[in-house]
Amino acid sequence: MSENVLHSPLESTHLALGAKLIPFGGWAMPVQYTSILNEHAAVREKVGVFDISHMGQVFVTGENHLAWLDRMLTNNLSKLQPGEGQYTIMLNEKGGVIDDLIAYRISADETLLVINASMIPEDVAWMEQHLEGGVSLRNESDAWAGIAIQGPDAVATFAKLFPNETLPPRNGISKTASGEIVCRTGYTGEDGYEFFCPAAQGIHFFNAFINAGATPCGLGARDTLRLEMCYPLNGNDLSPERTPIEAGLGFFCDLEKPDFIGREVLLAQKQNGPPTKLTAIELTEKGPPPRPHYAVLNAAGETIAELSSGVLSPSLAIGIAMAYLPAANSKIGTPLKIDVRGRQFAAITVKKPFLKSTQSSKKPSA
Amino acid sequence: MSASEIPADLLFQSSHEWARIDGDIATIGISDHAQAELTDVVFVELPPIGKKVDAGDPTAVVESVKAASDIYSPLSGEVVEVNPAVEGDPSLANTAPYGDGWIFKIKISKPDQIAGLLTPSAYGALIG
Repeated sequence: MSENVLHSPLESTHLALGAKLIPFGGWAMPVQYTSILNEHAAVREKVGVFDISHMGQVFVTGENHLAWLDRMLTNNLSKLQPGEGQYTIMLNEKGGVIDDLIAYRISADETLLVINASMIPEDVAWMEQHLEGGVSLRNESDAWAGIAIQGPDAVATFAKLFPNETLPPRNGISKTASGEIVCRTGYTGEDGYEFFCPAAQGIHFFNAFINAGATPCGLGARDTLRLEMCYPLNGNDLSPERTPIEAGLGFFCDLEKPDFIGREVLLAQKQNGPPTKLTAIELTEKGPPPRPHYAVLNAAGETIAELSSGVLSPSLAIGIAMAYLPAANSKIGTPLKIDVRGRQFAAITVKKPFLKSTQSSKKPSA
Repeated sequence: MSASEIPADLLFQSSHEWARIDGDIATIGISDHAQAELTDVVFVELPPIGKKVDAGDPTAVVESVKAASDIYSPLSGEVVEVNPAVEGDPSLANTAPYGDGWIFKIKISKPDQIAGLLTPSAYGALIG
């Protein structure tokens, strides 16, 4: 496995910019260029640019494709018009999460799925296994470079590069006259867009966004930015053993749809209450950064969970984390302890998201 | 890439700690190369005063945004002083790794271990 590391079409540019590369979802990707804290601040205050070429693009076509996708995914695609997108989830038969993704309706008979890098083979295999007549899949993940431009100045940056183009509305998708795909989505909580172009043009556009004022940002800042918004990361916060109801993503599951994989499990959980809930936890004292797998203790000192994600929030200057807590311990305001190398630090469950002041605090969108 | 600073009056070990020897007291910190690799130190966990350590023991912890790194004592001895300034402002480990960003001091119990540490030129060759 580890010998077959995949490389972004932008890798030479990352190295020229001094990036440190780390393995992520089977890919070698930049974790940072200069400083995670500076890159984080650039996105919150101005504009940052991320290589997201590792993410997968699957085009689903055919006259029956929409009805089929509505049986494969939790959200309701038939509510979208062409040009609109939605966050949605692919479940296994137990209602556990295979992947979270965004589905964009391109036209009446074509939908684009943007899926997580580490899950491309599994997602595609799962879909092929369930494929029906009148539906075709095209996995074009290798053909596209992906670039996310995020931050309050992201729109102005777009206008500099594409003075004659209009950005799609929030969650929307459009094509430029020259054929690049622009999606008004992101993973930071800031305004911005995800830009897909042929792999060979990735370096050109990445540099063009930098020259237009965007700071190159790595996966380190991507992680602190998304966790401040409580956006889940598949593999950390989502798993085949947990349902989206447990993950707090019920909003993106349309249980009124007559049929989709995992629906019965979600219905039962909604009725009986989920056993655990993915809960936002904030440290209430200065301490080391919380990290995945650290133990979570209740007030009585019993271990009740482990953290699925955790960082020192650059925006809030306090430790923030998420964990699947037993439902009884997940009420907002519940005092907890986080164990860090045998020392315990006071923490409390809080309302999601941690950061409330950015432009989009409603829902995850990537 | 700019070369890391390596002061001529310090000794080093391969895990990127430095030691400044002053009589029977050694001051310990992380090298400029180490801080540049870690970037953005956000937390420093200091050892308790009086703790007895053997050379190579994990004695303090330096945390960046992405990772926690053990700081190994280069020498055996007893922790006699820690740096509250770097605990309060962990970025001192980035901005002044050989100065205000020092981490702890030990009273050396096995002075013969000093000869086993890396000279500045040997450490420079290591991080080349």
